[in-house]
Amino acid sequence: MSTVALETTPTLPEVHYLNADYGWRSWLFTTDHKRIAWLYLISITFMFAIGGLSATLMRLNLIEPSGLLFEPASYNKLFTAHGLVMIFFFLTQSIPTVLGNFLIPIMIGARDVAFPKLNLLSWYIYVLGATIFVLSLLTGGVDTGWTLYTPLSTTYANTNVLSATVGIFIAGFSSILTGLNFIVTIHKMRAPGMTWFRLPLFIWSMYATSVIFVLAMPVIAITLALIALERVWHVGIFDPGLGGDPILFQHLFWFFGHPEVYILILPSMGVISELVAAGCRKRIFGYSFVAFSSVSIAAISFMVWGHHMFLTGQSVYAGLVFSALSFAVAIPSAVKIFNWTATMHKGSVSYDAPMLYAIGFIGLFTIGGLTGLFLASMGTDVHLHDTYFVVAHFHYVMVGGAIMGYLGGLHLWWPKMTGRLYPEAWARFACLLVFVGFNLTFGPQFILGYVGMPRRYAVYPAEFQVLNVLSSAGASILAVGYVIPLIYFIWSALKGPIAGPNPWGAKGLEWTIASPPPTHNFERTPIVTEEAYAYGPEEAHVG
Amino acid sequence: MHLFPIRPPEASTLAPQWDHLFYFLTLLTVFFSTLIFALVFYFAIKYRRRQKDEVPPQNEGNLILELGWTIIPSIICVFIFGWSSQLFMRSQRPPAASTEIFVVGKQWMWKVQHPEGPREINQLHVPVGVPIKLTMTSEDVIHDFGIPAFRIKKDVVPGIYSTEWFTATATGEYHLFCDQYCGMGHSHMAGTVVVMKPEDYERWLTSQMNVKPMAAEGERLFGQLGCNTCHPGQGKNAGPSLQGLFGSQVKLQNGQTLAADEGFIRQAILGPQAVAGYPALMPTFQGQLNEEEVLELVAYIKSLGPPAERKTKP
Repeated sequence: MSTVALETTPTLPEVHYLNADYGWRSWLFTTDHKRIAWLYLISITFMFAIGGLSATLMRLNLIEPSGLLFEPASYNKLFTAHGLVMIFFFLTQSIPTVLGNFLIPIMIGARDVAFPKLNLLSWYIYVLGATIFVLSLLTGGVDTGWTLYTPLSTTYANTNVLSATVGIFIAGFSSILTGLNFIVTIHKMRAPGMTWFRLPLFIWSMYATSVIFVLAMPVIAITLALIALERVWHVGIFDPGLGGDPILFQHLFWFFGHPEVYILILPSMGVISELVAAGCRKRIFGYSFVAFSSVSIAAISFMVWGHHMFLTGQSVYAGLVFSALSFAVAIPSAVKIFNWTATMHKGSVSYDAPMLYAIGFIGLFTIGGLTGLFLASMGTDVHLHDTYFVVAHFHYVMVGGAIMGYLGGLHLWWPKMTGRLYPEAWARFACLLVFVGFNLTFGPQFILGYVGMPRRYAVYPAEFQVLNVLSSAGASILAVGYVIPLIYFIWSALKGPIAGPNPWGAKGLEWTIASPPPTHNFERTPIVTEEAYAYGPEEAHVG
Repeated sequence: MHLFPIRPPEASTLAPQWDHLFYFLTLLTVFFSTLIFALVFYFAIKYRRRQKDEVPPQNEGNLILELGWTIIPSIICVFIFGWSSQLFMRSQRPPAASTEIFVVGKQWMWKVQHPEGPREINQLHVPVGVPIKLTMTSEDVIHDFGIPAFRIKKDVVPGIYSTEWFTATATGEYHLFCDQYCGMGHSHMAGTVVVMKPEDYERWLTSQMNVKPMAAEGERLFGQLGCNTCHPGQGKNAGPSLQGLFGSQVKLQNGQTLAADEGFIRQAILGPQAVAGYPALMPTFQGQLNEEEVLELVAYIKSLGPPAERKTKP
C-alpha cells in the first residue's frame, strides 16, 4: 500500500477567482466559467426551492383523502409547477451548468470553455426563460401536468399554458448552447497528453449529455411551438376537433422526453464515478466499459420513446420494438452499477459525505433501475402505467439518482469551489436524513401504485390514506435533509476551515491547483502523462 | 376495504397471470438490490479507510467479469421480454365471443351504454364469467379507463375507438379510475365496477326503465338523419346498401382497401371518403352527432348482419 501526501496547515491563496474582481459587474458580466457556475448555482437553488415548496404542499394536501388544503384546481397547478420546475429549470441544469461549468475546463487542463461569452449568454437565456415561467406561475399557474398532453393543453386548459411554454421554450436554448459549448470544449481544449481514454469519467458523461442537449432540446422547442400554433391560431395539429392527431404530440414529446431523462441521470452517473474513485482512492473498475456505457445510453435513449405510449393504441408490433430497446438501455446502466461496486472491492473506502452520497446513489439507483423493468415490460406496464408506481420509479431515478449525485458532487468539489471545508458531521447526518426520508417518501408509493392509485389525483379513495400519510411523513424528513446543507454551505463559504488544494487526497487535474483556483486555472498549460485515477505507484499508470 | 392494502383484489382471468409476472419481477428486484446492497456494505466495512493517507493496490478491471455482468442481465431481460410480451398480446386480443359495452369519456365523467339500452354514469355493471369487450372513445381530451382489480387499462382517445377486454371472476364492487390526467376534475372521474351473477345482471338490465336497445336507437337516427335515402335496405342507390357491411373489406375510390370495423364506420360518418363505384356525395356529420349517437349508428349498422349474408350468388 502506498500513501498520498496530505497538507497539514493549508492557507487560502492570496488571489483567486473569487476575489480577483469585486462588484456586481464583475459577476454579471463575467466570462469566467467558475463564476458562471456560481450564477447558475444560485439561480437553480432558487428554482429548486419553488419546486420543493410545491412538492411539500402536494404532500400536505394528500394527507387527507378529500384533500387537506386545496381544491383540485389548485392541486393540479401544484403538481404541474413541481414537474415543470424540477425538470426544465432545476434538474436539466443542475450538474451540467454548476459542476460541469466549474469542472470541465479544469479537468481537461483548459483555461476556460471554448466560448466563454456564449457561456454567459446561456445563463442570461436561462434567467429570461425562468423569469417568464415564474411569472406565469405567479399570475395563475398552469394545470396541464408537466407532460402538456394535447388536446388538453391546446384546446381545453384555461390556464397560463402559453406563457409557461414560452418560458420553457426560451430556457431550452440555454441548454442547447451549453451543450454546444461543452462538445467543442471537450474536443478542442484538452491539454497536451489528455487523450480520450485519460479523461475523467465525468467528462465522458458530460460529453454524452451535451450531445443529447443538442439533439433533443430542439425537438421540445418545435413541439412547444406547435402547441402555441394550435392554441393561439387554431391550426389543427393535435386536436381531432380541428383535424389533428393527439397521439402525434406524444410521439414528439417523448422523442424529446426520454433522452431528457438521460440528460438528468447521465451527469449524475459521471459524478458518481468521480465520487467512488476519490472515496476509494482507486481507479474505476472497467474504465472503458463505464465510459462506453455512457455513450451507448445516450444513443439508445433516442429509440425508446414509445415505451411511454404502450396504452395509447399504438401498434402492438411497434410496442414490441420499443419494449425490447428499453430493456437494452437498462444493460449499460447495470454495467455501471456493477463496476462501481467492484471498484469498492479492496479499495480504501472513506466515510466522508461524498462517498456516503455515492453509496446512497448506488442503492437507490439500483432500485430505480430494476423497477424500470416493470414498466419496460408491456404486460406489467398495463396495470402500473399512470399510477404511483411510475411516480415512485422515476423519483428513485431522478431524486435518488440525479439529486444524490448532484449533492454528492457539491460536497466533493465544495472545497475546490470555495477553498473551505463544510462540517463533516452535519453533512453525514444530512445525507442519512436524505436517504431515510427519501425511502420513506417513495417506498410506499410503489405499493400505492400496485394497489391502483392513479397519479395526479387531488382526492383518492379512503383505503389509500395510510400509505399516503407515510409518504408525506417521509417527505418532511427529506425536506429537513435538503435544508441542512443549505445552511452549512452558507456558513462554510463564509467561515469554514481552510481546505487546501487537495483535502481528499484525490487524483485529477482539479486537485493539482489551488483552492479556490486562480482565474485562469493553470499558471501554464499542464502536460498530462498519466491516465485518470492514477492512484498507484508512479510507474504503473502510464496509460 | 382494508386499512392498509398491499395488493389489489384479483378479480379477472388476466389478474392472476399478471400477478405471476409481477411477483417474478419483484423477486428479481429484491434479489439484485439485496446483492448490490450486501456487496456495497460488505466492501464499505471490510475495506474502510484505516489510515488517512493510505492508497490501496490498483487494478484495471476484468474482461470476464465485464462480459458476465453484461450477458447474464441480457439473458434475464430477453426472458422477461418474452414473458411480458406474451401477456400483453393476450391482454390486447378480446375473445371472439365477447359481449360488447360502449364507453364514452368526457370531462369529467364516464358514460357507459349497454347494447340492450341501459346507460349509466361512472358505473359499469357486468356479469361474472362472461368476456366483456369495451369499445371506448372520448368527446374531448385523452382519458384512460382502468380497473385495478382486473389489471386492465387503456387510453380513451378522442377521434378514434380503442378497446380493452376482461372476464370478471369474482362478484363484488371494484374501483374504476381515469388514469390519464384530463384536467380539473380528473380525480373525480372515478367510479365503480359492479360484477354480478349473470341472472342478477339480466334482472338489472330489465329493471332499467324505458330503454330501447342501442341498435334500435341507431335505426331511428338512421331514418331521422335521412341516411336511408342513399343507403337503402337492399341493392344500391346513390350509396351502397349497408347490409352486411360490418366485417367486410371495403375498396375506396383512391384504391385503398379497409376493413369495415367500428372505427371505419365512425370515420365514414364523420369524415366520409368515397367508396369505389359511387360518387363522392356524402356530407360529413361532424359536429351534428355526439359520440354516443355515433355509437348507436355503429350498433345499428353492425346489427344489419355479418359479411357472409352479403355474398350474392352469381
